[in-house]
Amino acid sequence: MKKIYDNATTALDGLLRDDMLIAAGGFGLCGIPELLLQAIKDSGVKGLTFASNNAGVDDFGIGILLASRQVKKMMSSYVGENAEFMRQYLEGELEVEFNPQGTLAERMRAGGAGIPGFYTKTGVGTQIAEGKEHKDFDGETYIMERGIFADLAIIKAWKADETGNLIFRKTARNFNVPAGMCGRICVAEVEEIVPTGALDPDGIHLPGIYVHRLIQGDHEKRIEQRTTRKKEAV
Amino acid sequence: MPWDRNQMAERAAQELEDGMYVNLGIGIPTLVANYVGDKEITLQSENGMLGMGPFPYEGEEDADLINAGKQTITELKRTAYFDSATSFGMIRGGKIAAAILGAMEVAENGDLANWMIPGKLVKGMGGAMDLVAGVRRVIVVMDHTNKHGDSKLLRECTLPLTGAGVVDRIITNLGVLDVVEGGLKIVETADGVTEEEIRAATEATIL
Repeated sequence: MKKIYDNATTALDGLLRDDMLIAAGGFGLCGIPELLLQAIKDSGVKGLTFASNNAGVDDFGIGILLASRQVKKMMSSYVGENAEFMRQYLEGELEVEFNPQGTLAERMRAGGAGIPGFYTKTGVGTQIAEGKEHKDFDGETYIMERGIFADLAIIKAWKADETGNLIFRKTARNFNVPAGMCGRICVAEVEEIVPTGALDPDGIHLPGIYVHRLIQGDHEKRIEQRTTRKKEAV
Repeated sequence: MPWDRNQMAERAAQELEDGMYVNLGIGIPTLVANYVGDKEITLQSENGMLGMGPFPYEGEEDADLINAGKQTITELKRTAYFDSATSFGMIRGGKIAAAILGAMEVAENGDLANWMIPGKLVKGMGGAMDLVAGVRRVIVVMDHTNKHGDSKLLRECTLPLTGAGVVDRIITNLGVLDVVEGGLKIVETADGVTEEEIRAATEATIL
């Protein structure tokens, strides 16, 4: 079975429908599946719920789907850098479910591992714990959080082989691994598809079993905050 | 004289011991890295990195290499990368020795509030709730009072909590206080600041 598709639009063929839950990889603008997000925007599908750590910026990442009003709900830990997001959120047009970042990551990982719920001490005694089951283990209180089972996962990696084994580069790995795991179908976009056998089997970050469809493309890889130091200063 | 931002960061750096794995928050906590001296401290960035290096030289920025504040950074020889679930596994699992972070309010029982102000724009807690619940020691670095002169060390937090009973030590511009049974205890005063001045500037119970 061939996993490689020509482009993001054909790779999503037959997978998109209104009101679906999509898990997306990336942290800020680092490692986001920018080509697949653009193709989802172009498809016109709407009422989407995104499990994604962030919501992009106004004209990049999930931000482009907010601008076109295709997103109904965000499950995120931090959504700071997006004016259109804030407008829709304050007007009540957009639902936001805040998740502690590690809880969101573990909810995705758990979903991908077939675990519908788990206990964590993150958020105990805060608003996040309200309405959730509390349970004591060895004298400490934990709350139950649910695994996320997404209809679709979209992720971005550095390299893939033809069977979908993936490797990521530096901190662009982030949510791409747990997001990729929790999708019933996972579509990955990569910078380079290499022949099967060209990747070190000991160095695979996400095995191809999780990856159903694959595209290679050119990525803008925008930098959100360019911070540098001067050579003279050192 | 109360401590300035750099002096607070320098004092916070004294909390760190050779060999520690540490997570530094945004703001004054970031400055702590400038004062660790010869100690081998490994900085964790919760977006998936141990061994965070300094900002890159101009022209050497890498879109795939950022910190949790989304700033471009560099790697070190001992750097390791991992995914977000693994990153918060080591946080939640108590593998990180300490987190140094800022706060809006701290209560005398160790409650911490630093993620939202009701009625104002809520941007989210990011990884703060996971960090304060998971790391072995939570050190808050903040001004003792807000811009109106009101104490940020309170009997009870008025803002929604980031974590309940999580703070171990507070370093302010006036001195160092520990959260202990029954309230706060003054551990140290800034040069020229008296215990009486700290008590006068503090709403929380000081033992």
